Amino acid sequence: MSELTTKTIAELRDGFRSGEFSAREIADSFNAAVAGAKALNAYTIETPEDALAAADAADRARSSGELGSLAGIPLGIKDLFATQGIDTTAGSKILRGFRPPYESTVSDNLRKAGAGMLGKLNMDEFAMGSSNETSAYGPVMSPWRRQGSNVGLTPGGSSGGSAAAVAAGIAPGVTGTDTGGSIRQPAAFVGISGIKPTYGRCSRWGIVSFASSLDQAGPMARTVRDCAILLEAMAGFDPKDSTSLDQPVPRWEAGLSSNLKGKRVGIPKEYRIDGVPAEINALWDQGIEWLKDAGATPVEISLPHTKYALPTYYIIAPAEASSNLARYDGVRYGLREEGVKTLDDMYAATRAAGFGAEVKRRIMIGTYVLSAGFYDAYFTKAQRVRALIKQDFRKAFEQCDVILTPTAPSAAFGIGETTDPLAMYLNDVFAVPASLAGLPAMSVPGGLDGQGLPLGLHLIGNELDEQMVLNAGLAIEERAGFTARPEKWW
Amino acid sequence: MSVTSQQVRHIAKLARIGMDDAQIEALVPELNNILGWVEQLGEVNTDGVEPLTAVIDQKLRLRDDVVNDGDIRDKVFANAPDAQHGFFAVPKVIE
Repeated sequence: MSELTTKTIAELRDGFRSGEFSAREIADSFNAAVAGAKALNAYTIETPEDALAAADAADRARSSGELGSLAGIPLGIKDLFATQGIDTTAGSKILRGFRPPYESTVSDNLRKAGAGMLGKLNMDEFAMGSSNETSAYGPVMSPWRRQGSNVGLTPGGSSGGSAAAVAAGIAPGVTGTDTGGSIRQPAAFVGISGIKPTYGRCSRWGIVSFASSLDQAGPMARTVRDCAILLEAMAGFDPKDSTSLDQPVPRWEAGLSSNLKGKRVGIPKEYRIDGVPAEINALWDQGIEWLKDAGATPVEISLPHTKYALPTYYIIAPAEASSNLARYDGVRYGLREEGVKTLDDMYAATRAAGFGAEVKRRIMIGTYVLSAGFYDAYFTKAQRVRALIKQDFRKAFEQCDVILTPTAPSAAFGIGETTDPLAMYLNDVFAVPASLAGLPAMSVPGGLDGQGLPLGLHLIGNELDEQMVLNAGLAIEERAGFTARPEKWW
Repeated sequence: MSVTSQQVRHIAKLARIGMDDAQIEALVPELNNILGWVEQLGEVNTDGVEPLTAVIDQKLRLRDDVVNDGDIRDKVFANAPDAQHGFFAVPKVIE
């Protein structure tokens, strides 16, 4: 039944319900695919028995007729989500062996909808990275290669394992998290779809914190419909998260429509930046044509503070991270370095040994911008600029219903090719503004570049308007006809 | 503004990350690169702009001030590197 691994979640769900195949067969197929794809390094831990147990429960429930929306569907879960009794490490050495005695709200919601778990997915350490190279488990290999080349490529990051798993057919859908592009950039790099909903839609409870005012969970899958199905199950009010939105979860799948008649698509002029390959701008123009074909009207808009979004992000995110990561002190959980005399030395030795270079760099920046004498000049200033970025979007959405941009300024790059931290940060130039404004945003595959690598298109919606983002994504998906899959080498 | 190796050593101490001199020296140009880049925010006129505090407008909820969980001591200690007699154990703090 290996062909089951080529199906979408909607196809698996419908085929399971109609009795075409069993949930057990689905789980067996994906478990086998996971076991056969170790070269990708996409999973940090495999949990085939978990997927089988959920499948057997789904098969039993099918005869009784009461099925959750994800009954029979096995998923991959990013290692940032706490999973009860199963290693949860955030890709970090400092959490190696940590087994939470609780389950994150989002993964619990997925389980309650009937989903099983194939395993935990590799990621940049504490979600800090855009290439999955900062993981303590080593980099994830993208299933994609440049035409005629054997160079290993990154799947992007930080949800790199998530992206690689869907693209390689070793999970039909996965969870990701997005603080500054960590769902959308990897989705674009591997030719799949991924949506970050409005800040607060998905509970942050039980997700290892990076930058709490930005962190948001979302799904990644092959199609827009699959993302809608997953997001419906993941989202919802949670009193355990103080910033959870007390709003009903819309029926996004039922609301899908690619008819965009009367809708206005904003094209922000500030997103035409130097140094972006012509192919990416050409795809952007093609995307405008596709949305016009779907009935939408393009309008030029201005987001004047766009160029300040990345530097704003690289003050706010490290500041919040330095505070959040203070909890890793070698006392309550995680790594402890022994053989030092004092408590202070134990803290310093534990954190020196447990954190990787990028995480240390960001903690240092965050500590500096929050330190006495610099707080106002950096952190408060950044929060003021963030307010202006938010205001830019508020004004833009008076003129349009959804915004279209490229997802990333390049196609996937080679492992080890980008060594300068600043150059790495620039990967998220198009993704970060929506994060700072808390807006729903999605990447959908648009086409292949000249080297045969996927490129993504990026849709940003107004607060709470995931439906518009999904619908515009669907309109692009139907017209792009993106069916390319990586050739299996692993 | 740029940082000196002395400042980087101080930040490392505040952040409780052990670093030797070579690591400190390597971080000085890296941090200065990043700080130099974020300083472009100085160009933005933010006079009269309130710092953003909530990205999606909503009131923080209040709940009744009652105990709503507890009795999970063993779970709290389950992942501790060193738990003894119902306490987290750490290296000696007071002589």
